[in-house]
Amino acid sequence: MKLDPAIRDQVLSTVPSLRAFAISLCGHVDRADDLVQETLLRALAHIDSFQPGTNMPAWLFTILRNLFRSEYRKRRREVEDAEGRYAETLKSHPEQTGRVEFNEFRGALSKLPSDQREALILVGASGFSYEEAAAICGCAVGTIKSRVNRARTRLADLLSIDSIDDFGPDRATRAVLTGTGRT
Amino acid sequence: MKPGKPVNVEPSAPVADAPQAWDNMGRPTQRKSEVRLGREVQARIGQQLRALYDDVVKEGVPRNISDLVRRLSEQEDPTA
Repeated sequence: MKLDPAIRDQVLSTVPSLRAFAISLCGHVDRADDLVQETLLRALAHIDSFQPGTNMPAWLFTILRNLFRSEYRKRRREVEDAEGRYAETLKSHPEQTGRVEFNEFRGALSKLPSDQREALILVGASGFSYEEAAAICGCAVGTIKSRVNRARTRLADLLSIDSIDDFGPDRATRAVLTGTGRT
Repeated sequence: MKPGKPVNVEPSAPVADAPQAWDNMGRPTQRKSEVRLGREVQARIGQQLRALYDDVVKEGVPRNISDLVRRLSEQEDPTA
């Protein structure tokens, strides 16, 4: 059975986001690309179980996450090592973001427990709804919400963002936040 | 979800509009300003998270992966 080109294109259009998620899980670009390839092999071998019209990205993300959990988590020490190196292995960001600030952010992200980081990325970066993220992770919607909230709180703590000054020169915002914008 | 679709915004505490953050004497209320500080911080965290993620997304589909998908999609039996 040849693959419907429309389905194939749905798969291809999900790959960039799937890779970004894989890197966030593996902490390592090469291993992430292997994981994406394994995911696609698995997905295309079982394409009959995908119902056209349903959520292709969620389907692929679920497969990738399950593969990661079942295979890659076995190499526990390596994975933990990878999590520690997460901040270093991602490519640097273009200049519009302050480099120091951005590296701090990546460092903080790498310190999150993996279940919290995963939930935060699915909802906050991949653009899935809480319901979709819960389906991908095989847990309750409330669990995802809780993980996302804990991840955000922890990130704010790690980044010591108790002073808005840390976040750049948006004076108007700062004035409002400190109440000094009102006379 | 599709690439390019706006991502979900903050789920947590529904935050009142700015003018409601002062009490009826025109003073900023502590609770609301705390909420807004949290909201601002969360917005920044969200921006950085998406920037980090989108750096990878912008790389598109690596050649070896697009070749793999095209090859598999032409096979009679993708498992072969």
